[in-house]
Amino acid sequence: MELYQLLPKTNCKKCGKTSCMAFAVALMARELTPEDCPPLKEEPKYKENYEKIREIFKPSEEATETGLIVHEDLCFGCGNCVVACPPNVANDPYGVGSGNAPRNANKLVLTVEDGIVRAQNLGECRRFGKNKILCNGCIVTCPVEAIEFV
Amino acid sequence: MEKNYYVCTGCGLLCDDIEVESEKNVVNKVYTACRVGVAHMKETRGEVGFRVDNTPVDEATAINEAVSILKNAKNPLIFGLGNSTDETQKLAIELAKKINATLDDTSSFCLGPLSEAIIQNKLKTCTLDDVRNKADVIIYWGTDPSDSHPRLLSKHSYFPRGSEKQRGWEEERTAIAIDVRKSHTAKICGNYFFQIPPKGDAEFIDALIAGLSGKIPKTSYNFPPKRILELANILKGAKFGVIFVGRGLIYSIDDLEPLFKLMKVLNEKANFHLIPMVSSCNIVGFNEKLFAETGYVNSVKFEDGTVKHGPEYSIVESLKAKTVDAALIIGTDPFSILPHSIVKNLLEIPVISIDHCETLTSKHAKVYINTTISGVESGGSATRMDGVKVSFEPVIKTDHPSEEVILKKIMEAL
Repeated sequence: MELYQLLPKTNCKKCGKTSCMAFAVALMARELTPEDCPPLKEEPKYKENYEKIREIFKPSEEATETGLIVHEDLCFGCGNCVVACPPNVANDPYGVGSGNAPRNANKLVLTVEDGIVRAQNLGECRRFGKNKILCNGCIVTCPVEAIEFV
Repeated sequence: MEKNYYVCTGCGLLCDDIEVESEKNVVNKVYTACRVGVAHMKETRGEVGFRVDNTPVDEATAINEAVSILKNAKNPLIFGLGNSTDETQKLAIELAKKINATLDDTSSFCLGPLSEAIIQNKLKTCTLDDVRNKADVIIYWGTDPSDSHPRLLSKHSYFPRGSEKQRGWEEERTAIAIDVRKSHTAKICGNYFFQIPPKGDAEFIDALIAGLSGKIPKTSYNFPPKRILELANILKGAKFGVIFVGRGLIYSIDDLEPLFKLMKVLNEKANFHLIPMVSSCNIVGFNEKLFAETGYVNSVKFEDGTVKHGPEYSIVESLKAKTVDAALIIGTDPFSILPHSIVKNLLEIPVISIDHCETLTSKHAKVYINTTISGVESGGSATRMDGVKVSFEPVIKTDHPSEEVILKKIMEAL
């Protein structure tokens, strides 16, 4: 509803949706971005609202397909998340699963590179795909809250 | 494909699974290491190799000057060596004997008493591999490994799967933090964080012993007895317990007696081990070598074949009493780590600083000799904080002299 309040509310359908309310729902579901609303983007009277909406969605721009963000300034590469991540353990039990260096990095979701955690192979993450579950293995093991899902 | 792993000498853990990408003798990428390790491996040496009175000189001049300082001194102090290789430490002990020096390392004001008790078998200890494979109850007491030894939890203690702990941390391990503040490690321990007031450790130990013996635990700071009993019950049920002890606990108790008592009671009821959270990469190695040689782990004074020991021969006391008349500082920076009131006395005597980087000590030294970074530019061996020996190869090649080479040259010239 807050998002809807910031939209033009003219139901102009230029975005392809039937109403501004439908557009707000699509925004929430991350199917569309604020840029997909032409009046909001172009007309000066909506400029303030446009910036507010962009501010709301800014953090998710850097997010990966699963919504995972690593705050690089906070992370110090302890590797707790790498060792605790269930797909990591399943795919490399004697490497990262046992606390060691990766033996097979091809299927690992999280690895430590230059002292900072990097996310990759997100197809393996439990939060990815149709049967996703809200796994929080990497969040609860991080001592500095450097990992976040948006 | 066989991977080439290197050892990180950034802290006492000596992680031996580090992959490094380097080109033209410059480290570009470091994999698996924590931020401390990456900073250590990517660290670059200062450009000035040798300096006397803050003027750049050649190697021979610097060594000659160092030798003349040591020759003219009646009671020189040799301090540091916590980050040096075993080979360098052996040479330094030889050198100290030769010049009748006072020899000390940082353990005299850190975890020295604990290292000594472990070397003398007064406390039961185990290796970090045992912890990974077997431990079910892990206590971090007065220490925050998440900041000081970042990979302790992920590589060795709480999170990894071990041979007897296959189901992982959620089901098979309990991590407990006892500290005066909610540290990063305490955050991971969640409900098993026991916050005590500063200097409250000895009382907490007594209360815990009471709890273990079925009595009502009491503390002057009214720590909820229910929680202590809850902790005591967890400890009683431990099949393989381990306590990581940091400086927070050691600084808070007057002597190790409470800790001995606690370990005795714990081992009557369960099976507990203790590992000191040694920070530098080879302090344990130094303590072991000096103990084998003299029967003491630090603060010794060699005098014509005899050895004297006592707090008066530690760096803090000898500087305070101004008993030393020259100092050879190897791989450490007393100007940064000691109180100003004590370290200012170093300014009155000639100081030789042997280090791989510019420090406050090297800036105030009469002679500064820049060496390779051990573990990155030169190889050797070191002893991990649990007493396991680890050998390492240099990551990159250099013609620059190592600490070992410099000490050898000083020995020869003497």
